[in-house]
Amino acid sequence: MTYSAGHIWLIIGVLGLGTFLIRFSFLGIIGDRDMPPWLLRHLRYTAVAILPALITPLVLWPQATGGQPDPARLGAAAVALAVGYLTRNAIWAIITGMGALYLLLALLGQTGSAVV
Amino acid sequence: MSAASTKSAYWQGLRAGLPFILVVAPFGLVFGVAGTDAGLNLIEVMGFTVLVIAGAAQFTALHMMTENSPTIVIIISALAVNLRMAMYSASLAPYLGQAPLWQRALVSYLNFDQNYALSIQEYDLRPERPLGQKIAYYFGAVTPIAPLWILSTFLGAHLGTVIPPGFALDFAVPIAFLALVGPALRTVPHVVAAFTSVVMALLFASMPYNLGIIFAAIIAMMVGAEVERRMETKR
Repeated sequence: MTYSAGHIWLIIGVLGLGTFLIRFSFLGIIGDRDMPPWLLRHLRYTAVAILPALITPLVLWPQATGGQPDPARLGAAAVALAVGYLTRNAIWAIITGMGALYLLLALLGQTGSAVV
Repeated sequence: MSAASTKSAYWQGLRAGLPFILVVAPFGLVFGVAGTDAGLNLIEVMGFTVLVIAGAAQFTALHMMTENSPTIVIIISALAVNLRMAMYSASLAPYLGQAPLWQRALVSYLNFDQNYALSIQEYDLRPERPLGQKIAYYFGAVTPIAPLWILSTFLGAHLGTVIPPGFALDFAVPIAFLALVGPALRTVPHVVAAFTSVVMALLFASMPYNLGIIFAAIIAMMVGAEVERRMETKR
C-alpha cells in the first residue's frame, strides 16, 4: 500500500468513529422510538448484501495463486458455505472450511501460500 | 435485584460466549498477520483492532488498502459492512435503553455479531429479568470475545512472518466471511439478496477502486427488501 502514516490513521480514526456511531445510533441517540419499516427492511439485508460481494472475487481469483481460480480454494469455500448454511454455526463452517482446504491442497499436491 | 443474581447473569453470559473463542482467536490472528504483511506497523494494526473493533470491517478496509483504493471508497465499504449493527442497536434499545449513558456507550462499543446474537436471544426468552441482569449477561458474553480479539491480533502481528505458508492463511479471511454468510441465509429474501450480491459483484468487477462492491451491495440490499415486501403482501 502507498498510504502515508497520517493517511492510515485518518482511515482508522474515521472507521472507528463511524463504527461506534452506527453501534450507538439507536441505543444511545434515537432510543426506542420506532424506525420506519422500510429502513429496518433494508438494514436486515446489509450483511448478506455486502459480504458476498466482497468474498466473490477473493474466492474466484485468489491472490495466493496469482489470481488464477484454484480448485482447492473453490472446494473449501463451497464446504464452508454449505456447512454454515446447514448447521447455522459459524464455528463449524470455519473448522470444516479450513479442514477441506488443507485436505484438498494435500490431495492436489499443492502447498499453501503466505500471501495474505 | 440482588447482587448475586447479577453476578450469575454475568457468568451465564460468559459461559454462553466461550465457544466463540474458536472463531475470534483465529480471526484476530489472521488480521494481525494480514495487517503486518500489508505493511502496517504494530501500532497501526492495534489501532485498527482497538478503535474499529469489528473484524469483517477491518478486513474489508485492509483488503482495499492493499489495492490502494481511494479513502472514501474504503470508508464507505467498511462502514457498509457494519451497517447491520444499526439494526442490532435498534433491537437492543427496547431492552437496554434505560441503562445509564456510559453503559449504553460501552454496550455499543462492544457490539459484535456473536454476543449480540446471544444477548438478544436471552432477552427475548426472559424479558422479565431486571435491567442490571440484562447488562450483566451482555458483558459476560463479551468477556471471552473482546479481550481475545485484541490479544490474538497482537500475537498475529508478531507471529506474522513465522507462520509457514502450508497453513494457507491467505484463505482464512474468505472462509471466515463465508462462515458468517451461511448462517445468515435464513429466509428466501436473504438468499436472493446474497445471490444478487454475487452476480452484481461479478458484473461490476471491472469497475475502478472497488466501487463495484458498493454498488453490488446497494442493489442486493434493495432486492432483498423488495422480495421481503412482496412476500408479505402476497400472504
